[in-house]
Amino acid sequence: METANTNYNRRSFLKVSALAGGGMLIGFNLFSSAKAANLVPTATPPGEAAGLTSFIKISPEGKITILAPNPEFGQNVKTAMPMIVAEELDVDWQQVIVEQAPFNTKLYGRQFTGGSQGIRQGWKSLRTAGASARQMLIEAAAQAWQVPAAEITTEAGVLHHKASGKSAGYGAMASAAAALPVPKDVKLKAVNTFKILSTSHKNVEGTNIVTGKPLFGLDYRQPGMLIAMMVHPPAFGQKLKSFDATPIRKMPGIQDVFSIQVYPDEYERQIFDDRTFNELVVIVGRSTWEVMQAKKKLRVNWESMADRVEKENAFGQKREVTIPGGLESTDAHYAKMKERDAQPAKQLRRDGDPEGAFKSAAKVIERTYTAPFLAHNNMEPLNCFAHVTPEKAFLAAGTQAPDFIERTIAARLGMPIDKIDIQLTRMGGGFGRKAYCHYMVEAALISQKMKAPVKLIYTREDDMTYGIYRPMYSLTFRAAFDAANNLTGFHVRGGGIPESPLGRSEGNFPAGAIDNYLADEWALPSNITIGAFRAPRSNFIAGAQQAFLDEVAEAMGKDPIDFRLELLERAKKNPVGKNNTYEVDRYAGVLKLVRDKSGWGQGNQPGVHRGVAVYFCHNSYAAHVVDLSMKDGQPVVERVTSAVDCGVVINPIAASNMIEGAVVDGIGNALFGNLTVKDGKPDQSNFDKYRMIRHNEAPKKIDVHFVQNEIDPTGLGEPPFPPVIAALANALYKATGKRLYTQPFGPQLGKSIQG
Amino acid sequence: MHSLKKNELNTIAVATFNLKINGKISRVDVDPATPMLWVLRDHLNLAGTKYGCGIAQCGACTVHLGGTAVRSCQLPVSAVGKEAITTIEGLSAKGDHPVQKAWLEHDVAQCGYCQAGQIMSAASLLKSNPKPSDEDIDNAMSGNICRCGTYTRIKAAIKTASKR
Ligand code: FES
Ligand code: FES
Repeated sequence: METANTNYNRRSFLKVSALAGGGMLIGFNLFSSAKAANLVPTATPPGEAAGLTSFIKISPEGKITILAPNPEFGQNVKTAMPMIVAEELDVDWQQVIVEQAPFNTKLYGRQFTGGSQGIRQGWKSLRTAGASARQMLIEAAAQAWQVPAAEITTEAGVLHHKASGKSAGYGAMASAAAALPVPKDVKLKAVNTFKILSTSHKNVEGTNIVTGKPLFGLDYRQPGMLIAMMVHPPAFGQKLKSFDATPIRKMPGIQDVFSIQVYPDEYERQIFDDRTFNELVVIVGRSTWEVMQAKKKLRVNWESMADRVEKENAFGQKREVTIPGGLESTDAHYAKMKERDAQPAKQLRRDGDPEGAFKSAAKVIERTYTAPFLAHNNMEPLNCFAHVTPEKAFLAAGTQAPDFIERTIAARLGMPIDKIDIQLTRMGGGFGRKAYCHYMVEAALISQKMKAPVKLIYTREDDMTYGIYRPMYSLTFRAAFDAANNLTGFHVRGGGIPESPLGRSEGNFPAGAIDNYLADEWALPSNITIGAFRAPRSNFIAGAQQAFLDEVAEAMGKDPIDFRLELLERAKKNPVGKNNTYEVDRYAGVLKLVRDKSGWGQGNQPGVHRGVAVYFCHNSYAAHVVDLSMKDGQPVVERVTSAVDCGVVINPIAASNMIEGAVVDGIGNALFGNLTVKDGKPDQSNFDKYRMIRHNEAPKKIDVHFVQNEIDPTGLGEPPFPPVIAALANALYKATGKRLYTQPFGPQLGKSIQG
Repeated sequence: MHSLKKNELNTIAVATFNLKINGKISRVDVDPATPMLWVLRDHLNLAGTKYGCGIAQCGACTVHLGGTAVRSCQLPVSAVGKEAITTIEGLSAKGDHPVQKAWLEHDVAQCGYCQAGQIMSAASLLKSNPKPSDEDIDNAMSGNICRCGTYTRIKAAIKTASKR
């Protein structure tokens, strides 16, 4: 049994107090077990309610309320996190009420959802908090009954003392427990005794969702609220010159038209302060439709931007970035990437003598893979409610990084941080986009100017063309073979606009498995803004690398899974180089599981073609086998078999849902995802031109399997997404005999797929 | 059925409409061109119907008009007439329409934003075709986009609901 210490940095991360009217309140910091570097220092003295982000309430009637802290956009943390607390507290899940914890501006807890980190970082804290509360209830009962605490057991929210036959509900002991000191060490349950965890529990918001309750940012409203929309330059590389609001000022319902400067020119950008257009024209009116009509009629003059230097400060690391002026185009991007890829690049990893291996090779295979910018296309367009008065600023929005944007808003409005209040709403999708909360700064500035409560709404067109896109990427792989057809050298060169996909994954497979290995990278500057996108780098690397490994296996006459397992075996027995980041057994584990569950190698159904891929990122391992047939030149995905190792599976039904969603999303983006620009202007601005995967294109069946182990849980938002792209590519090769090197694949297949 | 009048702020006419929504008559004074989507969301405080694209491409705004699924972003209020409108809020009194129950049973939602539209499309499909084939489901549902990728669960939930 594991023991957890409730102290962190010499102060308890738990604070217990009495509830008004009786009962017990346990407040704790979800991320206290995270690395110190991730903790934002608080001004509150130790021992005070510093940094509490999460709460457990036990009422005298035994009602148990768990306030879940993380922003929710579909990854189901609002169900998963309370399940972890309830398990250690030892209550019946049916007794538990889950609420969203308010984002408390005075207490700087880390409330960031992204990078699949929510559960991984909260695991220990959530368990310790639940276990501590249980221990205190036991202590209270021991004192009340005058029996040793060690003789008291708990079950489903009830305390029992077998010898005396005494029992009491948690509620009866809650007030007394609140007066006790917090235990220093508490015992955690053994994983194999879990009753709530690793058992499926439905989404706590399920009923609210299916009955259409106003949960989302776009649904938030207040009396007297005005509607605002913005007009941004139509092209990247342009800025506002002038506008004439006269014709629209008199339109029905229009109240004001003006421009706002999002950040001052000299502004030093903090992390997530990315924004594309610094000056916007804003239209404010009574209703959405009226403002939309006026937006269409607004006449604006734009002008080209010159090169400019922006100051950046990422967690204290300061640098200056030059953003080039000019109007860019996708065709030119591809040509420039190709040209740059042939020039020397910056070395990232070097094992053995890769140059020698290629020089003496009997055969070399070289392939270049590319992928376009991708738009997030969350189904809920960006929006934010703001009401800024001289005294305070209140905002309600979906955001993946409330504590970051809170500081930015405070700085921009010139208000102390404790005057900024952010209400977190449910997010209609995030996928990284809602970490960049320029829309919240914009809403605050608009409300400040209007002296009124305002809701800023992006149209779909605004959302798609104001992109913080997944970058454009290039990867060139070279494999060297000796005369006996052994793999002797491997070279991966990453590049992109405006960043390379490499640089954070040099220790990942197949590094460590090949004697002579080289990784290098380049990047080309651009004024097109980019950012997080469901593991932006990994999803491209996996898609390309796992397709290339299939070609290498084929060149060596080996089965794709056997070939990968041989490389992994090598990495285990005699690893090459240092700092290899993956655990060989877990990497091989998902591959073996997917092989067994998919019936790999046991003969295909007639007309069905299969591809496999595996990848490790964001601390979890995932492998997929895609089975597809072809109809009128288009793939019909008959079945996807997935194997995932994310440690202990908190909530299987929700975990499977995440994986199924990643499979569908991965296939969709690989087949159709494509944001192109011409003279700086995105060619796609709505779903008529930007193809999203639809019902009829989704896999007919997705079978999800988990590796069973007792390893601390890791995330699922990102890890299953990257490898499905390559599994699809490898299956398409089997079906068509043609390797595809450029995403999206759809337009290169049968003509019945529209581009 | 509606009278024209001037609004204090504007120069063109708004009109009064008496709409039958979720079994109740609701009166709104709006520009006749206003899509039902915004009438519901902005004027009637029925926010369950969602905005996703505004051009009939995503299905987030799906409601029933006279029992049939339509995209409310493309339905001007002036075109509604006497037809009854049902939104997600009015699909059932207690959230217990067979489709809603099946959605809960299969734990379909991820972010949940597209689901009101998906449910309204599915309910309309099952009304006209109580035992749809896979192909029928694809045809009826392909106008509803889900970025979270819940399509396989939606299909399973529709099949469960069709057995009720
Ligand atoms: S909002 Fe009506 S179909 Fe997208
Ligand atoms: S559940 Fe998120 S868009 Fe469908």
